[in-house]
Amino acid sequence: MSKYYLNYLDELESEAIFILREVWTQFENPVILFSGGKDSILVTHLAKKAFYPAKIPFPLMHVDTGHNFPETIEFRDKTIKNLGVDLIVGSVQESINDGRVAEEKGKNATRNALQITTLLDVIEENKVDCAIGGGRRDEEKARAKERFFSHRNEFGQWDPKNQRPELWNLFNGKYFQGEHFRAFPISNWTEMDVWNYIKRENIDIPSLYFAHEREVVRRDGTWIPNSKFLKLDPNEEIVTKKIRFRTLGDITITGGDESDADTLEKIAIEVSGMRQTERGNRSDDKRSESAMEDRKRQGYF
Amino acid sequence: MIDNNQLLRFTTAGSVDDGKSTLIGRLLYDSKSIFEDQIASIENTSKKKGHKGLDMALFTDGLRDEREQGITIDVAYRYFTTPKRKFIIADTPGHIQYTRNMITGASTANVATILIDARHGVIEQTKRHTFIASLLNIPHVIVCINKMDLVGYSEKIFNDIVSEFEEIASKMQVQDVRFIPMSALLGDNVVNKSENMPWFQGAPMLHTLETMHISSDINKIDSRFPVQTVLRPQTEDFIDYRGYAGRIAGGIFRLGDDVTVLPSGFSSKIKSIDTMDGQINEAFAPMSVSITLEDDIDISRGDMIVKSNNKPSVTQDLEVMLCWLNDAPAKPRAKYSIKHTSNLQKAMIKEVFYKIDINSLSRNLEDKDLNMNEIAKVKIRTTKPLMLDSYRENRTTGSIILVDDMTNETVAAGMLV
Repeated sequence: MSKYYLNYLDELESEAIFILREVWTQFENPVILFSGGKDSILVTHLAKKAFYPAKIPFPLMHVDTGHNFPETIEFRDKTIKNLGVDLIVGSVQESINDGRVAEEKGKNATRNALQITTLLDVIEENKVDCAIGGGRRDEEKARAKERFFSHRNEFGQWDPKNQRPELWNLFNGKYFQGEHFRAFPISNWTEMDVWNYIKRENIDIPSLYFAHEREVVRRDGTWIPNSKFLKLDPNEEIVTKKIRFRTLGDITITGGDESDADTLEKIAIEVSGMRQTERGNRSDDKRSESAMEDRKRQGYF
Repeated sequence: MIDNNQLLRFTTAGSVDDGKSTLIGRLLYDSKSIFEDQIASIENTSKKKGHKGLDMALFTDGLRDEREQGITIDVAYRYFTTPKRKFIIADTPGHIQYTRNMITGASTANVATILIDARHGVIEQTKRHTFIASLLNIPHVIVCINKMDLVGYSEKIFNDIVSEFEEIASKMQVQDVRFIPMSALLGDNVVNKSENMPWFQGAPMLHTLETMHISSDINKIDSRFPVQTVLRPQTEDFIDYRGYAGRIAGGIFRLGDDVTVLPSGFSSKIKSIDTMDGQINEAFAPMSVSITLEDDIDISRGDMIVKSNNKPSVTQDLEVMLCWLNDAPAKPRAKYSIKHTSNLQKAMIKEVFYKIDINSLSRNLEDKDLNMNEIAKVKIRTTKPLMLDSYRENRTTGSIILVDDMTNETVAAGMLV
């Protein structure tokens, strides 16, 4: 006897494939926002499945802050080569050079918020009408309010109080000239679902997610990696620890956890026992209670 | 998690005082789905606002305005997992002014949970929520009779409320209804069985959610495959490949099945069912697959592949229960875009038969202006035929939305009668 129901991972997969195909048919010029993190890798894997045996019919887009982990860029370039798709890069450094944005000052300066301008510029330059992201509703309370198809006005802004109702699986991607959409195919996945699926499908992810020896400094309760961007306080000391990263952002703001999890099986077990949210080590989210909502309103990922 | 673990979606509707946030908080907290840093952040804000203890609503209300005003405005989605199932909660506001958000949250739910304050019994809001569960054809309803601790865990009060509810529900089409007496605040019958109510023979809420039969919630009889897009790789290995990509909306398709393509009416047989993980012999709703046919037929997005011996109705005239979702009222005889599965056409509301007062559930035959949050039975005419099932038979092929071409907004949601 066959069973005629899907398990939860198959149902999430089927839903995401459906969304990706809707994006492809409803928009002229979609892209996948690819950061080299596990969520955008997952979206890219699902896009492969959605269009198989054809290749992914749209480019990947990367907003390069210039503050990346070197491993992330390496992984990005390898992915592009394997998929045979185009890569569009928006450079925060160029936005700074062009005077579009100004670098933050001080010890905790990051380029996180600067990405918004670069992202919106590169979307406009390339006439992108739908940017597909790996955002998940379980990540953060403002993201819990996101639609699968999320409208952005001509300034790239999100208006969370005035969103289009989204019923059944009927998605309305209509827009006026100059506006665009963000689409979130893995809205309904949790961090645990992502890891269980990556393990099941044996999806290739950057080595940064696995426990490894690295030079780090203790700051705000987390291990910040040593890099050429790091400004040390007199009382801070660089040490070598075995750590892994739970999320990947800029090297300047992404904290690691001490860990021995060096396989997907061990990571899945470790994540299931975690008592802190995955973005807890991201100083970009800690600035205020509505830090994510405020950035998203301006056009953030 | 084991391979057979299913995904269950449920909706909660409620307002500030009926304990909805407490119930959700309890489910998430007891299933260890709230993280320590989230609790710390809620503690912090609760203290700032001068609340005693943890204000669980702060966990579910995600937008700054919601936290400041202490109300749920928009649907928020919450997630938790137990060793038996993964759960998605669509947490919606309960106030009449947010009917459209309740309907949005209810549209994909397997289960509706309806909260009743044991001190107050069935009130107008209970009727409204039950009506919406019935209108949206949610397969299962769990009536949570909450705050039993405040009525001395009285079996008689519980039984009286059950009878009251049965009376209102008997006038609606609700299917599988279960009643659970609980105290979300103290944890009675939410995750753990209550020691205070030994007279209650049923299971606690979480056990009910974990074990109820949901595989039959999706229609597995009437085979429907709306074509989303056509895959033509044109690579050496797949030079002549022409696959119809879509998500099965009902029933089961097998290799060799006799199928008909609608609206053209051409017939063929299924040659292959493809996924990136290989070819499969059969596929069922809600799987996303790619199907190839034995014959070369002109098929594009919006067409529907069905089994030749079981067809939907193909028509331009629709009778629909329509919920109006937009500030701007419906314009009589105005043209809208209509979306049904992957099909996009133009449509006109030809006639409003009656409106339903969702508090009294009476029909209003006089006032036919359709305003935000109102529900009416209407007649819609489309420019081209749609392939339709009744919403009771199939929630995917029986639902539509209307889009206003002047604003591009989704203005109405409809269920085919």
